[in-house]
Amino acid sequence: MISFPRVAAIVLRQWYLMKGSFSRILPNVTWVAVDIILWGFITKYLAAITASKFDFVPLLLGSVLIWDFFVRIMHGISMAFFEDIWSRNFLNLFSTPLSIAEYLTGLVCTSIATGTFGLAVMLLLAIGGFGLSFARYGLLIFPFFMILFLFGVALGISGIALVLRLGPASEWFIWPIPAILSPFVGVFYPIETLPQWMQLIARILPPSYVFENIRSIVSGGQASMQSLGISTVLAVIYILIACWIFTRVYRRAVRTGLIARYSAESVS
Amino acid sequence: MLNPLSVRNLSKIYKTTTAVDGISFEVSRHEIVGLLGPNGAGKTTTINMILGVLEPSSGNIVIEGLDIARERTKALERTNFAAVYAQLPGNLTVAQNLKVFGLLYDIEHLSDRIEMLLAEFQLEVFRNVKCGLLSSGEQTRACLAKALLNRPRLLLLDEPTASLDPSIAKDIRSSIKHLAEREGMGVLWTSHNMYEVEDVCDRVLFLSRGKIMMQGSPKSLLHEHGHETLEELFISVAHNQFPETEGRP
Repeated sequence: MISFPRVAAIVLRQWYLMKGSFSRILPNVTWVAVDIILWGFITKYLAAITASKFDFVPLLLGSVLIWDFFVRIMHGISMAFFEDIWSRNFLNLFSTPLSIAEYLTGLVCTSIATGTFGLAVMLLLAIGGFGLSFARYGLLIFPFFMILFLFGVALGISGIALVLRLGPASEWFIWPIPAILSPFVGVFYPIETLPQWMQLIARILPPSYVFENIRSIVSGGQASMQSLGISTVLAVIYILIACWIFTRVYRRAVRTGLIARYSAESVS
Repeated sequence: MLNPLSVRNLSKIYKTTTAVDGISFEVSRHEIVGLLGPNGAGKTTTINMILGVLEPSSGNIVIEGLDIARERTKALERTNFAAVYAQLPGNLTVAQNLKVFGLLYDIEHLSDRIEMLLAEFQLEVFRNVKCGLLSSGEQTRACLAKALLNRPRLLLLDEPTASLDPSIAKDIRSSIKHLAEREGMGVLWTSHNMYEVEDVCDRVLFLSRGKIMMQGSPKSLLHEHGHETLEELFISVAHNQFPETEGRP
């Protein structure tokens, strides 16, 4: 059973770190702001040079915003985990009654907080600066965000499992994951644009269904509830797989004694 | 009344290396047991297994009747530790760390408990100082305050006074002795300071190459093995001059 105070302890630790550190808060604002401003001007430029009345703002800027939310969620989990690595806190943490489920729940709650903060900044800039409106998506905007959130959680947990298994030096594996995935999920173009083998990969990635639906709605079509259902199920399966992998890696670390002496020096 | 700690046939084997080799011992209420031995004897490995961060190859660890392999959460709610190599995160203040760990142990009336421990370990003036900025002695006191947050039935101390000056070390020793008496806590204490061990421990276990070579009260062991000081006895054990006498009272 999950203990609320223990989950709260993991979140509170991150809150204490954030509130006292400008350098921890700034990255949550900077990268998303840069992305929104950059893509905001690109959409404006595209609207100016194309003769069609096609509205690029909800398509491109909306997609960038939802994708960046996914990235914030994934990195939110990773960063909270890295704070424990950097302060060599594993022995202190895991010798308490804290369970793996409580620890992961705490990391996810932290990422919800940091992801929501980043999202608020993005919305402020995108709506205020470039006139983004989600009105066209209606209530479907919620499942869009939910699917990206679930997939972000799955990749965040998988990423920290990788770092726990391979050591802190493998941290750099995590940061490019969203960039590697983005060509496959079709953030900016239809999946049909991709070669066949890339389309096959796209079909097993939940975000690709979200972006396909966004394009469909912006082009005046209907959203496919079936494809949203498939992507939700896929995202949940990925979370279950990620939790299973993390638990296996953690148990191995307890068997080998790695948890008690985990640091950059103890794991190459 | 259940013993705070009961260890039975505990072993840890890393591939071809046996770090802990079938040791058995108990820690009773109000008792401070010294776990002694040369570097690499298996002391920290034993402590890590009791803390549930290292899986034994075989054997049982029972904390107040709770087998840590089956009832980890309940067993660890009754346990805590302080070690010279496991300082509190340096990027949080003393009070913040105590609050976080207090929540992890789900302690009732946490603020009162924190205030009490800050006073007990003379940490009030450092409550808002980041742990990383404290001197090593102050950090150790903060660690000890964290170790007592949950009023543990079993307290594991791995060289707790290693970085303290003699005056504070003496205060800490008497404080732990007092707490063991008052709260009925069992304490497993590792140290390389033999004077400290004689002063504080009711009983000692000498570990060498993962085995308990001898155990008993400091005075009885000195008498039994014909040594003047525990330090001499320690050196003898380190050179492995004694036969295994595990289980001897």
